[in-house]
Amino acid sequence: MKKNNLKAWLYLLPAILFLGVFMVYPLIDVCVYSVEENYNFASQSFTGIGAGNFRYVLSDPYFVQALKNTFIIVAITVPLSTGFALLISLGLSSIKALRNTFQTVYFLPYVTNTLAVGLVFMILFKKTAYTDGMVNLLINKFGGASVDFIEGPYWAKMFVMCFYTVWVVMPFKILILTSALASVNQDYYKAAKVDGATSGRIFRKITLPMISPTVFYLIITGFIGAFKAYSDEVALFGTNLNAAGMNTIVGYVYDMLYGDSGGYPSYAAAAALILFAIVFTITYINLTFSKNKVQYM
Amino acid sequence: MIEKKSASFSRALIYFFLAVWALIVLFPFYWMILTSLKSFASYNSEYIPRFIATDPTLENYTSAFQAVPLGRYFLNTLIFTVATTGLMMLVIIPAAFAFARLQFKGRNAVFALFLSLMMIPTELVIITNYVTIVNWNMRNTYLGLILPSVTSVFYIYLLKENFEAIPDELYQAAKVDGTSDLKYLVKVMIPICQPTVVTIIILKVIECWNSYVWPRLITYDANYFLVSNGIQEIRENGFGRENTPAMMAAVVVISIPLIVLFLVFRKKIMAGVSRGGTKG
Repeated sequence: MKKNNLKAWLYLLPAILFLGVFMVYPLIDVCVYSVEENYNFASQSFTGIGAGNFRYVLSDPYFVQALKNTFIIVAITVPLSTGFALLISLGLSSIKALRNTFQTVYFLPYVTNTLAVGLVFMILFKKTAYTDGMVNLLINKFGGASVDFIEGPYWAKMFVMCFYTVWVVMPFKILILTSALASVNQDYYKAAKVDGATSGRIFRKITLPMISPTVFYLIITGFIGAFKAYSDEVALFGTNLNAAGMNTIVGYVYDMLYGDSGGYPSYAAAAALILFAIVFTITYINLTFSKNKVQYM
Repeated sequence: MIEKKSASFSRALIYFFLAVWALIVLFPFYWMILTSLKSFASYNSEYIPRFIATDPTLENYTSAFQAVPLGRYFLNTLIFTVATTGLMMLVIIPAAFAFARLQFKGRNAVFALFLSLMMIPTELVIITNYVTIVNWNMRNTYLGLILPSVTSVFYIYLLKENFEAIPDELYQAAKVDGTSDLKYLVKVMIPICQPTVVTIIILKVIECWNSYVWPRLITYDANYFLVSNGIQEIRENGFGRENTPAMMAAVVVISIPLIVLFLVFRKKIMAGVSRGGTKG
C-alpha cells in the first residue's frame, strides 16, 4: 500500500498543534514551575531551583486542611456511592414496571449544572434569620435541634458536602452498573435456580464476580473524580473555600493561581503535582489489587 | 403460599427503596421550581416553607433577566458550546481518520504518545494554560475560553476505533473509483459512524454547558461570563440581599436547556454516556 506521509501529518496537524500547546508544553512547564523558588509572576523571575515550593505547600495550613477535606470526601463518598448505586441497580434490574421511568429520573443530576443545583442544596440546608430551612424542619420533626449546615460546625458542612457529591455522582454509576447487570448471561441464573441456590448465594457466586470489572472501573474512576472535587464545594460554600474551611486540593491549586490569594503559579504547580502523585499512587494500588481479585472474562 | 407473600413483600420493599431515591433526586428540582414561583414577600414570610405556592407569580423570572444579564450569560454559553464543539469535531475527525486509515511512518509511535496523554489530568496543565492565555492577552475573549478545550485524545481514540470497524474493502473500492480521501471521509465514514459522532457531540455539549473552572480563570468581565459563572456571581453579588426566589428562577432557567435536551434524546444520551462518559 502506498504511504501518504505528508497527507497523514496534515490531517493530524491541528490535533498535534493543540495538544502540543495546551497539553505537552504545559506538562513540562508545570514541572519547571514547581522547582522555581520564589517565582514572581509580574517580573517572571525566581531566586533558585529546589524543593522549596513543595516544602511551602506541605507546611501551609490551608493545604493541610484541603488535603484532609479531600481525603474525607474520597473516603466517604466513593464507597457510599458505589455501594448505594449497586443496591439501586440491583433493585432496578429486578423490576419491570416503572423501570424506565426510574432510570430516567435517576439520570437527571448528570445533565444539570452542578453550580446551579448546588445553590438549591444550599437553600435547602441553610439556616437563615427568616427560616431554618427545609432540612432543619425535617430534623425538628424528628425531635432534633436545628443546625446551620452551610456556615455551622465542620461535621455538618462535611455532611452536606458528601451528600451533594453522592447525589451528583450517582447517575453515572447507576447507568454503568445497570447495563453491566443486564449483560450477565441469564443462563447462569437459570442453572443456579435449578440447583436451588438462594438469592444471596446467587449474588455472591454469580452476579458479583460477573460485574466485578465494572465495579472496579467505577471505584477507580470514582477515586480519581473525588480527588479532583472542587466545583461542588464552590456551589455549596462559595468561592472563598479557605474561609469556609472546606477547601480541596484542586481548590487550593486555583486559589494559588487566581483571585485575591493568587499569583503564585509555582505553589500551584507544586500542589497540582502532589495531587497527581496521590491520584497516580491510588490508581496503581487499585489496579494491582483488582488484578488479583477481579475476574475478567 | 408463604413464599408468594414474601416475594411480593420484597417486591414492595424494592419499589419503596427505589421511590425514596427518586424522591431525593427530584426534590431539589421541585424545590427550585416551587421557590421560583413564590413572591419575595411570601417567601420571606414563610418561616416554615409551604410545599405549594399559594399565589404563583412569574415576577422572579422577569427580575432574573432584568437585574442580572442572564440573557447575556446564555448567549455566551451558547456561543462557547457551539464553537468549542464544532472546532473540536474539525480537529478530532481528521486525526482519527489518519490513525484509522492512512499509512504513514511513525503512526504507532504517535498514537501511543496520544494515548499516554489521556492520563494527564486537566488540573496539571491548567496552570500553564492560564499563563499562556494571559500572555496572549486573551482574557475576556471567546478565543481564550475556547482554544484549550478543542482537542480530546479520548474522543480521537473513540472515533478511531469506530472508523477502523468499517471494512477496509469499502475504502479500497472508493480508491479504485477515484474518490479522494476527504470525500470518502465525509460521504462514507462519518455517516456510517454517525452514532459515535452524535455521542461525542452530546457529551461535549454537556461538558461545555456545565464548565466552570476554566471560564472562571479566564473571565472577570461579566460580559463574557458563562451561565456557571453567572450563577456564582448572582449568588455572591446579585439581586441584593437574599432574594432567594429570583435566584431560584435563574437556576431554573439555566437548568432547562440541558434537561429538555436530555428528555428529547434520552436514549442516545444514556447510551452515549455509558460508552464514553466519565464524571463519577
